Amino acid sequence: MSLLIKGGRIVDPASGRDEIGDVFVDKGRIAEKKGKADETIDAKGLVVAPGLIDLAARLREPGQEYKATLASEMDAAVAGGVTSLACPPDTHPPLDEPGLVDMLRRRAKALSRARAYPVGALTVKLAGERLAEMSVLAEAGCVAFSQANVPIADTQVLWRALQYAATFGYPVWLRAEDRWLSREGVAHDGEMATRLGLAGIPAFTETIALATMLQLVGATGARVHFCRLSTAAAVDMMRAAKKEKLPVTCDVGIHYVHLSETDLGYYDSHCRLDPPLRSQRDREALAAGLADGTIDCVVSDHAPVDEDQKQLPFAEAETGATGLELLLPLALKWGAGRKLSLVKTLARVTSDPARILGVQSGRIAPGAPADLVLFDPEESWRVLPGALKSQGKNTPFLGYELAGRVHETIVAGSVVYRKQ
Amino acid sequence: MAANPQLNASGELQHLLSIEGLPRAILEQILNTAESFVGVTEREVKKVPLMRGKSVFNLFFEPSTRTRTTFEIAAKRLSADVINLNVAASSQTKGESLLDTVANLSAMQADVFVVRHGSSGAPYLIARHVKPHEHVINAGDGRHAHPTQGLLDLYTIRHYKKDFGALTVAIVGDVLHSRVARSLIHGLTTLGAPEVRVIGPQTLIPAGVAALGVRVFHDMRAGLKGCDVVVMLRLQNERMNGPLLPSAQEFFKNYGLTAEKLALANPDAIVMHPGPMNRGVEIDSPVADGPHSVILPQVTFGIAVRMAVMSIVAGN
Repeated sequence: MSLLIKGGRIVDPASGRDEIGDVFVDKGRIAEKKGKADETIDAKGLVVAPGLIDLAARLREPGQEYKATLASEMDAAVAGGVTSLACPPDTHPPLDEPGLVDMLRRRAKALSRARAYPVGALTVKLAGERLAEMSVLAEAGCVAFSQANVPIADTQVLWRALQYAATFGYPVWLRAEDRWLSREGVAHDGEMATRLGLAGIPAFTETIALATMLQLVGATGARVHFCRLSTAAAVDMMRAAKKEKLPVTCDVGIHYVHLSETDLGYYDSHCRLDPPLRSQRDREALAAGLADGTIDCVVSDHAPVDEDQKQLPFAEAETGATGLELLLPLALKWGAGRKLSLVKTLARVTSDPARILGVQSGRIAPGAPADLVLFDPEESWRVLPGALKSQGKNTPFLGYELAGRVHETIVAGSVVYRKQ
Repeated sequence: MAANPQLNASGELQHLLSIEGLPRAILEQILNTAESFVGVTEREVKKVPLMRGKSVFNLFFEPSTRTRTTFEIAAKRLSADVINLNVAASSQTKGESLLDTVANLSAMQADVFVVRHGSSGAPYLIARHVKPHEHVINAGDGRHAHPTQGLLDLYTIRHYKKDFGALTVAIVGDVLHSRVARSLIHGLTTLGAPEVRVIGPQTLIPAGVAALGVRVFHDMRAGLKGCDVVVMLRLQNERMNGPLLPSAQEFFKNYGLTAEKLALANPDAIVMHPGPMNRGVEIDSPVADGPHSVILPQVTFGIAVRMAVMSIVAGN
């Protein structure tokens, strides 16, 4: 089965290529040969880019099928042009057993849409007490180990977990949060939380934990990817850590480069996120850090939540926002706001996360997996519940008009999504 | 940001959710209306027919005797029918959601919901889901707002001090957890009080509070100097010893109002407290019962203020 994508604007961040041309796909991979194909797609007027790689997308299986199912969220992924996604281990039960990981991979594979990469639990039940069986989990297909949004309180356990992971070269993905300092908090500890009478989460909740973790990276040599930076100070710390050549990378959630505490408005529970939306200064530093490469990539942090769990007083509402279908338009909006080229903008959702994930996709080069997205960067659409495939309709961007519409998504050479 | 959910399309008070964001004219309308009701509460027949045939649902998700009672009295003096629901003890424990509870009560033809809830912002959620002719009055939500308390505090201050334009007001104690403090601060700044101070240890002063237009003092003696009004806040039992404070005794030593400390304020200063008081914790008995104290008149004015708020929203 071969496929010819004709006359599109090829944007390949890995090589810096941005030109009109054809892409030939053969046996699921990008190929050199430009001859007759079994199928031809006319891509005139569309951008042809590597499929998006999202390092944090919750599919809610196993255990939370009332919020979303693998099928609904895989549909959402490909509708958003996401062809590879990493699943955090905060499922119910958490991904701390090979059986669960294996089942998730099989079920995801059977749907033949996006590629799913499970991230295993770093500790049993994410409880932060006993190490999970990392080697067994790695064999079952875990690409990294993480605590998702559940910080390890006991620093002895954190230290040992990093030592152990470093022994085998397993990457560890951590969110920096001091669990004691963030206790009870639901919003950034600033003027807005004070006005709204919400318990605060100070910025140092993140930086104190990050400082501890960076010290432990230095001591253990573990390869650590820091998830969901939320403060300006953390961006500065990452910049310094990279200068010191520590083996660290980091990401930011797409919401955090666009929104700040003021978007909470009158208790908009769609802005109840973990970590919390912070000050405008933090948002600016995150958007700038993502542009200058201090922050390696941007993720959707997709977390579908059912409406009942959002129709609650702010502090009681469940955290998270749906994001798979918004990652591309919101990344384009960020890039346009900072006057970045399409190559640079798309790098943060393709080649950069591919490097962190250690996969061959995320580029348009002969031999690479033919995971592609064809989109119109100008075409705008309104974010309405009916326009989203995800079962979660929870997004602060509800009602927004966003530019960037996916026309086709291709995984391993097969068209898995086509705009109706 | 969305439009102010408290006002209707004509800019009139649809719900009372917070003093923040209300124009000065509406605050003055409420205070003036309350003034006309003070007379009613002193009459032989303490009733006016303004809300005859209307139903007021007291919806308390958090236990309260005093506030609920004053709302009940106020509604009855307006000739409304009052239904008291102690929701904490009924539906919520059966697992009914907040909005389902409200939808059910709405089906019973409510006109006014008086809501107290432990979670900041809960009345906003309710106000978004009630029918257009229904009104929500916030009777205290988490640490966010207690607007009728704020208004009765403003009424009391106006009663004794006449003009806000030259006042120095100190709010003392647990500002961090206080919805009373937040409501009063917004009211005072809207009505033009030039100096509003908050006094307390760092552990009980919220981040960025200066942005609300107040001066922060940690030394009570310095903070009381030159004050016309001293508002003492209630310290909840569960906060008296733990990471925020070592003990009630030590709190009293540093931030309790004694006659000796009160002497630093202006000679005609008034002392207020939203109640219920912890004598010997926030306030010394001789001060609570002394000539500067207006704590009991606050309670009396509270009924007139709640009558004013209910009659105004029900009429809009």
